[in-house]
Amino acid sequence: MRCEDFADALAASADVRDGSQSASLDRAARLHVEQCLRCQAELVQYRRLLRALRTLRSEVLEPAPGLLSDILATVEQAGERHAVRSLLSGRRAAYLGGLAAATAAGAAGAIVLASRTRRGRLRLAG
Amino acid sequence: MPADLAALVLRAKEGDQPAFEELVRSTYVDSYTLALRLTGNEDDARDVVQESYLRAYKGLKRFRGDAQFTTWLYRITANCAANQLDKRTRHRHDELPDDLVLLDDQVDHDPAAAADVSDLRDQLRIAVARLPPRLRAVVVLRDLYDLPHEAIAAELGISETAAKVRLHRARRKLREDLRPARFEPGETGEDVRAV
Repeated sequence: MRCEDFADALAASADVRDGSQSASLDRAARLHVEQCLRCQAELVQYRRLLRALRTLRSEVLEPAPGLLSDILATVEQAGERHAVRSLLSGRRAAYLGGLAAATAAGAAGAIVLASRTRRGRLRLAG
Repeated sequence: MPADLAALVLRAKEGDQPAFEELVRSTYVDSYTLALRLTGNEDDARDVVQESYLRAYKGLKRFRGDAQFTTWLYRITANCAANQLDKRTRHRHDELPDDLVLLDDQVDHDPAAAADVSDLRDQLRIAVARLPPRLRAVVVLRDLYDLPHEAIAAELGISETAAKVRLHRARRKLREDLRPARFEPGETGEDVRAV
């Protein structure tokens, strides 16, 4: 097999983290690399590339002024909306609760009235 | 997670608004850096960061603390950036090329600036910026921010296999871009047999 056939395997196997390789070469690739100086050099370069990439992690790209206040304003608005929604849903619950209580009281009253009327009729008939 | 950040997260989860604002203050530059690396555009990065914190604010109660808060935030940022890039692709009238130009890319057209770019980090930064956004996202999330393949796939809306394929393609592209520069073989005594 040619070096090019192992290019992806080399790119993957360079992924060494904390001293342990997360993606090791399969047997065919390993045998090839052990015999191929070009692929050995390539693997070393991939490892250097990854180490260099990791050093970019510590770099900070400063945002233009105003970003922090924009984020805080967005979050504050979301907080206010949430508070208003909670208030409204609380009021709605209270309103619905009151309505349910009134309906129940009305129904109870109607039942009492109906039963009294019925008892009065029975007495008259007796 | 740093103790103070963990304490802020706990307070913010209980609805303490100033605690969440303090979390924003402590992390927003880092989030912006990631967003800019992913989108390659300052305006997009600002939008992505704002959207990310809004989502974090709304979803903080669901944050279980298994991972660090910053890792959780990176995942949200990655997802928002992917959405932003999708949006950009859909709105073709923006006429934005697939290979977005990042700030550092200007050295291409400026010989004086190009002469200043002398070390590997600079060249690498430019090479990363030149990657197509889809490849850049995986290499940034994996090789810079150390996110697992599974998380990268989930946030970018692709399969884990696709994430790995893109990562390998991105590394090959970077390797090729840097080949004539500092990555000449034979200058290191590193043991390559540990393969």
